[in-house]
This record gives sequence, C-alpha cells and structure tokens, in this order.
Amino acid sequence: MRRYWRSLRRFWGTAFATQLEYQANVVIELVAVALSLSGSLLLLSLFFGPGRALGGWTWHQALVVQGFYTVFDGMATTWLRPNLGSIVTHVREGTLDFVLLKPIDSQFWLSLRTLAPAGLPEMVLGMGLAAWGAHQSGVVLTAAMAITVVAMLMVAALILYSLWFLIAATSIWFVKTWNATEVLRALLASGRYPLEAYPAPLRVLFTLVLPVAFLTTVPAEVVLGKASTPLLATGVGLAAVFFTAARSFWIFALRHYTSASS
Amino acid sequence: MVITAEGLSKTYRVADKQPGFVGTLQHFLRRRTRDVSAVQDVSFAIAPGEMVGFLGANGAGKTTTLKMLCGLIHPSAGRVSVAGHQPQRRHPDFLRRITLVMGQKQQLLWDLPPLDSLRVNAAVYGIPDGVASRRIRELADLLELGAELTRPVRKLSLGQRMKAELLAALLHEPQVLFLDEPTLGLDVNAQSRVRQFLADYNRRTGATVLLTSHYMADITALCPRVLLIHQGQLFHDGPLNRLVSRLAPERLVRLELEQPVPAEAFAGLGQLDSLETCAVNLRVAPDQLTTVVAQLLDRFDVRDLEISDPPVDQLIGALFHQGRL
Repeated sequence: MRRYWRSLRRFWGTAFATQLEYQANVVIELVAVALSLSGSLLLLSLFFGPGRALGGWTWHQALVVQGFYTVFDGMATTWLRPNLGSIVTHVREGTLDFVLLKPIDSQFWLSLRTLAPAGLPEMVLGMGLAAWGAHQSGVVLTAAMAITVVAMLMVAALILYSLWFLIAATSIWFVKTWNATEVLRALLASGRYPLEAYPAPLRVLFTLVLPVAFLTTVPAEVVLGKASTPLLATGVGLAAVFFTAARSFWIFALRHYTSASS
Repeated sequence: MVITAEGLSKTYRVADKQPGFVGTLQHFLRRRTRDVSAVQDVSFAIAPGEMVGFLGANGAGKTTTLKMLCGLIHPSAGRVSVAGHQPQRRHPDFLRRITLVMGQKQQLLWDLPPLDSLRVNAAVYGIPDGVASRRIRELADLLELGAELTRPVRKLSLGQRMKAELLAALLHEPQVLFLDEPTLGLDVNAQSRVRQFLADYNRRTGATVLLTSHYMADITALCPRVLLIHQGQLFHDGPLNRLVSRLAPERLVRLELEQPVPAEAFAGLGQLDSLETCAVNLRVAPDQLTTVVAQLLDRFDVRDLEISDPPVDQLIGALFHQGRL
C-alpha cells in the first residue's frame, strides 16, 4: 500500500512538472475555462426569465446543478481525459507493454498516472457557483449535509470514472475506431440541467441506464434538501455495480490483449 | 536453467479480407478468418548468466517468442518458465526479476529529464530513495551519462536516449534482460558503447541476456550462443561459428600468385569463385582443406595464402533475403 502512495506522489509530481514545461499552455487553458463557464451561464440564464422555474427548479437552485456540472467537467479535464484518453495511445503505440510489465496494478497506473491542473480552476469555480446558488436559495449548511454532499460527489465521480474506463478499455479491440471520450463529454453535458427539465423517458434513461442524474442533480438535491434516502442508496449501489463492471471488464480485456497482441 | 521453453507455439487468428469495397462488404457480412502460426514447437533452455543472441528475419517469430517469455502473450501450446515463474501470470515477483528494452519504443517521459522517470520507476518497484540514487549513480557512470539525466528527454540524442532507457530498465536490478533491438538507429560509436555496457553489466551482475538485433556486430561481440528462428521454427541453437558452418559449409581460400594462371588449372581444387590476374578466390570443403592447400602450394608459385570463413553478416543477410534455408 505504501508503494502505491509513493508511486502516486511521483506520478502527480511528474505530471505537474510536465505541465509547467509549457507555461503558455497553462494560461490558454485558464482563459478557455473562463470563456466556457460564461457561455454555460449565459445559456442557462436564457431558460430562466425573471421569476420563471424549470421543472420545479428556480434559477438559483439550477445554479447548484450547473455548479456541480462545472466541477465534473473540471474533473474530466484534470483526471479522466488525460489518463483514460491515453489508454488508446498506449494500445496503438505498443507502450501498454511497459505498463503491463511493471509490478503494479495496471488499472491503477492507467487511471492515476497523470493529472492536468488546467481543470482545477474549473472545479473551484464550480464549487463556488454551487455554494452561491445554495446560499441564494436560502440553504443553511450543516455538517451532516456537507458530509452527504461530499459522499454523493464521490459516488458520482466513481460512476463517471467507471463508465469512462469501461469505454476506454474497449480500445484494446477497436484501437481508434471511435472517439469514446467525446460521447462521454456529451453525456456529461446533459447533466448541466436539473433532471426534471427533461421529458420522462429521458429521465429514466439518465437515472438508471446512463446515470447522469447521479452526477449533478442528486448532489444538488442533497444540498437543497430534496433527496430521499432510497435515491441516495440507489446511487451508492449503482457506483458499486459500475466500478465492479469496469474492473472485471479490464481483467477480461487484458486476457484478450495478452493472447492476441504482437 | 533460468529460461526454459518446451514446445512453445503461438497461433494467431487473422481476418482474411480481400482488398477493395466488395472485399470489405463480404468481410463485413461473412467474416472469414484463418490461423497463422507465428511460432511452432520451439524449445530451448538458457542458463543463468548466459548472453544469447536471437536472430531471425522480420516476421520470423522473434518478437512473438520474446513477448511470450515476458508474459505479454499467452502461448497457444507448450510450456515456458522464466526465473522460476510462468511468465503469463505476470506475478509481481516475476516482473521484478525481468526487464524488457525495446529499441523502437520508449518508456521515458518525453518532456521531463530522465531522472524524473527514474524516480517514478523507483517508486513503482518499491526501491528506497537512497538505494535508487546509488544505483542511478553507478549505472550512469557505466553508461557515461551525466548532465543528460537532468535534461528533458526530447532534447537528448538518440544514443543518449537509448542509454537512459537502459538505465530505466535496469534500475530494479533484473536477473533476466530481454533486449529487442537495443541499438536500433544508433551510430557506430553509440552502438559500440551500448555493446560495451551490456558486456560489462553481464560480467558484473551475472544477469542473463537474450538479445535480438539486426546488427550482426552486436551478436558477434556479445553472444557466444545464438538461437536462429526461421518461419516460426528454431533452426539453430549453438555457437555462432557452428551456424556459419551450417549456412556455408565451405571455407574461403584466397590466393595471391606470382604469375597469372588459367582458370582450368584449378580444376579439382574446390569451386573457383573469382580469378583476376594473380588474385584467386576458391571455396573448399573443410575435409579437403589440407589436401587442397598442399596441392596449391605444390603446383603454383604462391606469394600469399589466406583461409577464412565467409563473412557472417553476408551469410545471414543472404539467408534473410532469400527467405529460405
């Protein structure tokens, strides 16, 4: 376990060092984040005229959802895209062999090898937006609520990671036949609005099949005191199922890789 | 024995697709595959500390065999054992005992100095910082690497990069080294330095080395024993000179005469390769060598005589080029 911690420290240390090699990149990324967030807010404001509500959500409540969406978008930029996006490169260039020959879990390596700090400001902004929206909606933060929100955000992160990893793992077979990350980005983007803003069939799809609801709407409901215990339990259960599926699928994919690669 | 392979085989199933749109459509509707045998019934054993050259043309099955020995590919049939482990299980203890260097691929982080990649490897292999620093110093000395370790990898020359790759691959002191074309693309000087390093390393640590290379100079300088794989089958396992005598059973006799002699004069004295005024090249079977040389000295006015093996890289090059034995 200590070896994994030490490796993680080294992984992220080198990741930051790599980013700093290209100073201009950092500035460009920051500007891009600011532009993208203002665009999202403008779009959201169009739905909400003065005093109007969307699917039972007020403007300030919807900002909590938008805030959490921004957090996950930043997380995708910082963590998921650089790591899981490079699995396909490893397969195509044959450098997956180096990963598989290290005495460390290959899923651990591929999932946590690097970090792109560019998404961090977005995560902070998102948290700020969610906090402001909650405050404006008259929410008073309690310790229990904070713990539940953090737990649900972690559940959401685990679901998103597992889905992303599942799709990235198929590159063992398909190498670069389709751009999986873009599909997931689009899926995540549908989490920008409260679930109730969508028609009923999409609501079912986004809750159970592709659990976008658990990424943004459910944590927002916790903040706003709308969430029910069974819903939270479903979220935890789904996260466990998706993570187990991702893990088992990776083991299966590796068996295929090692019996077929040349 | 540190490496044993018994009846090792690997068969790939590949798609059989005709070119063009019709072929693509047919392939989509009714997928036809065929089995391609990359390695067939290969057996050998390598003792600890040996340096063995692994030869074969492109596509002969070298890399497939190497990957089966590393545990990256499951064999279709046969048994492999490396450092007391079944490679395909990729047990962490096994992975700590081996290393793979691929001349065409790199594990060092492109944008950072090699030292950063080395620290990552040290953490992953669980090597304490103090021990890692000492090993890096020692290996860097042997490899003649200094300031290069703190310069971004992308700014290093190919030769410096390969040496840094070797350092990264050897940091965990593996017992078995699988080297796939480690000198690929290097200039003559860099090649010889890498060769020298590998010889030193083998002497110092007693590590076992299995080396593939297209440069015969690597093999002749480093490997007393050679495995030659051809069309998936093991064609030769033994000293390099025995391989040469198998490929070209005749010896080369070069003569320099005082006076020109007509070609007919050499009838019955081996096969005449070339005759240019006073310079003569003959090919002679080894069992007739002494008789032929005695007759040559007896019949002609010889200024100089030289007996040699045909050049090994020419022989093997011709073998790969012809694609048959």
